[in-house]
Amino acid sequence: MQRKKECVAMLLAGGQGSRLYALTNNIAKPAVAFGGKYRIIDFPLSNCINSGIDTVGVLTQYEPLELNEYIGNGQPWDLDRSFGGVHILSPYQAKKKSSWFEGTANAIYQNMAFMQKYNPDYVLILSGDHIYKMDYAAMLKAHKATGADCTIAAIEVPLKEASRFGILNTNADGSIYQFEEKPKQPKSNLASMGIYIFTASKLFKYLKEDDENPASSKDFGKDVLPAMLNAGEKMFSYRFQGYWKDVGTISSLWEANMDLLGEEPNFDVNDPDWKIHSRNPLAPPEYIGEHALLGNSLISLGCEIGGTVINSVLSSNVVIEEGARVIDSVLMAGSVVRKGATVCYSIVDENTVIEEGAAVGEDKEAGAGIAVLGRNIRIGAGAKVAGGQILDKDYKGE
Amino acid sequence: MANSAVGVIFSNVHDENIPELSRHRTMASIPYGGRYRLIDFSLSNMVNAGIDTVGVVTKYNYQSLLDHLGSGKDWDLARKDGGIILLPPYSDETDAPYSNRLEALKGITGFLNHRNEDYVVISDCDGIARIDFADILAWHEQKGADITMVYHEEEGPVDSGYYMTMSMDEDARVTGLKINPRIKAKAKNNVYINVMVLNREFLTNIIQDAVTRGLSSFGKDILSKNVDTLKIYGYGFKGYYAGVDSLSKYYQHSMELLEKDVRDELFGARDIYTKVRDSAPSKYADGAQVKNSLISDGCEIEGTVENCILFRGVKIGKGSVVRNSIIMQDSVIGSGVQLDCVITDKNVVVRDRRHLAGCAELPYFIAKGRML
Repeated sequence: MQRKKECVAMLLAGGQGSRLYALTNNIAKPAVAFGGKYRIIDFPLSNCINSGIDTVGVLTQYEPLELNEYIGNGQPWDLDRSFGGVHILSPYQAKKKSSWFEGTANAIYQNMAFMQKYNPDYVLILSGDHIYKMDYAAMLKAHKATGADCTIAAIEVPLKEASRFGILNTNADGSIYQFEEKPKQPKSNLASMGIYIFTASKLFKYLKEDDENPASSKDFGKDVLPAMLNAGEKMFSYRFQGYWKDVGTISSLWEANMDLLGEEPNFDVNDPDWKIHSRNPLAPPEYIGEHALLGNSLISLGCEIGGTVINSVLSSNVVIEEGARVIDSVLMAGSVVRKGATVCYSIVDENTVIEEGAAVGEDKEAGAGIAVLGRNIRIGAGAKVAGGQILDKDYKGE
Repeated sequence: MANSAVGVIFSNVHDENIPELSRHRTMASIPYGGRYRLIDFSLSNMVNAGIDTVGVVTKYNYQSLLDHLGSGKDWDLARKDGGIILLPPYSDETDAPYSNRLEALKGITGFLNHRNEDYVVISDCDGIARIDFADILAWHEQKGADITMVYHEEEGPVDSGYYMTMSMDEDARVTGLKINPRIKAKAKNNVYINVMVLNREFLTNIIQDAVTRGLSSFGKDILSKNVDTLKIYGYGFKGYYAGVDSLSKYYQHSMELLEKDVRDELFGARDIYTKVRDSAPSKYADGAQVKNSLISDGCEIEGTVENCILFRGVKIGKGSVVRNSIIMQDSVIGSGVQLDCVITDKNVVVRDRRHLAGCAELPYFIAKGRML
């Protein structure tokens, strides 16, 4: 008997994330740090294992080094398996043709052999840009119950934002009669979450046809889904209720971090029933010093806090010296804020040092926007970084 | 020195020194420093010295230890050849499980005979230190020793029920070993810290010999009586050493982790590995006041915490004031509670408005799973 997996997940992680600017200079978007100890990709990977899906192909293309190293053999997510588990799928050279992944559908098509190896009944397509907790098993159950060929997870968004999304127009039973990619005048506010379950045979058929169609842009939203709908395949929406956030921009990444804070956070990562797994830092517990002042913040292992931290999210091994102030900010692993420096309404990437007396960012209310410091840079003593400024090089001030 | 030595860790020895914490677990699995177990320190020292085969000798109460060690992957010791090898007692109808270290060693001669490393590093789990085993192994080799015993200079009496003091000549050769001598306050002594290096074949031979002759004490019959004939050397460990041989010493040394130089020495240079739990980062609410404390992941703090060590997943409610205390994993302190010099074991619940206090010499201890 051939061994098989009922459902294989394919995670699109090749995105450059250019709207994250300095944060994705050298790493793929799914590898961007989030919520103290996590990276964006921890969420779909944890959702997979928590939903009982143990075979995941991660499609990488842009700056894959750090992402590959982070995923490793998949052990932190319990995805190190002898049959199945997590696999990094990069563009490769083939006998007839070699190419980069061109569009989301092409990326999946080029890895047909990977999926077919597991002889799946269903394929789950995911993207590595979202923060959410979702039970894919429940979605698969719905997919089977409706007998759909394709099920698209959908969430209600405010109507004024609907033109940023792929919009599903559905009948009362949830079946989709129209699919509009980023419509100017949306007819509904039901947005596609970029999460699809396909009956495998249909997916393979339409991917092949799409590949042979020279007019196609090789994209799921623009080409494959409309083609299936036009051909009269059964397509259903699957309503998701809960927290879901695209963290593709500086402001949405900042907001999503802030959503973890508060007495009743919008999004709770400390959920024993739905653990978010990650590669854990090797660090001692954080040390909170004699003169520290903390409020409404998340602080990770290995931090040394001597100063003030308010409304902020700190990753592992961050150092806040005495007299330094961090407010409304996200500090990634290993960043250092020296004595008397302030960081306000900012995102600071890994291992960046803010020297004594420097001032990064401006008060949130000032309206100048979020200041962003890239990784491994140094902000000189006394230097001022204006609100909304994005730096990816050392900065000594004017 | 990589792979020239195999490690052996005794997980149960000295259990009787801290009955409060070892009632349901081995000495090795006593929680320490917010997110560690005592065994993590000896195990990490071995891993950091390139030792990749470690036998862990167990006797009883070892469920929590098995749970902690798992496959050994968190120490990078899930290996095809070697890795962590658990050595539970071997006994049959005629033979009771071991009752002393010599019998325990006899029980693991099979393990030792099957290895091909030249040396054996033996360590107990009652000490917290950053010991460089690679350096000790090099020293052992250079001295041409049969046995190298590691000591630390301690001032005043030792709390442990069983300890040894060592005297050496100028070449560091051991000239005398005393078991449980009376030690005056302020007196300085070279106290053996239960870490030794031996030549592997030498060790299996002396075990065999001792068994044949019906000897029962490794310390008395083998070490102490043979200082003149065996080449026993004393290696002085000069760094920070915390011997945990009573509840008050446990408390006192735990609190030393709040000193920066102690943390830097233990955690700064090399990693201390431990079991990973995938807890979220700790959450500090508005109104939380935290000073001079070590806080692990997964905590939620709404009250005041001063001079404390909080383990993973601890909750401190609103208006509570917790001072000079050690709160272990998943314990929940309600609101309006006041604690001073308290040690709670795991999963303790202290309900609203309770006041409890001990003192530094005699911390108030609350056993695992208790609800107050």
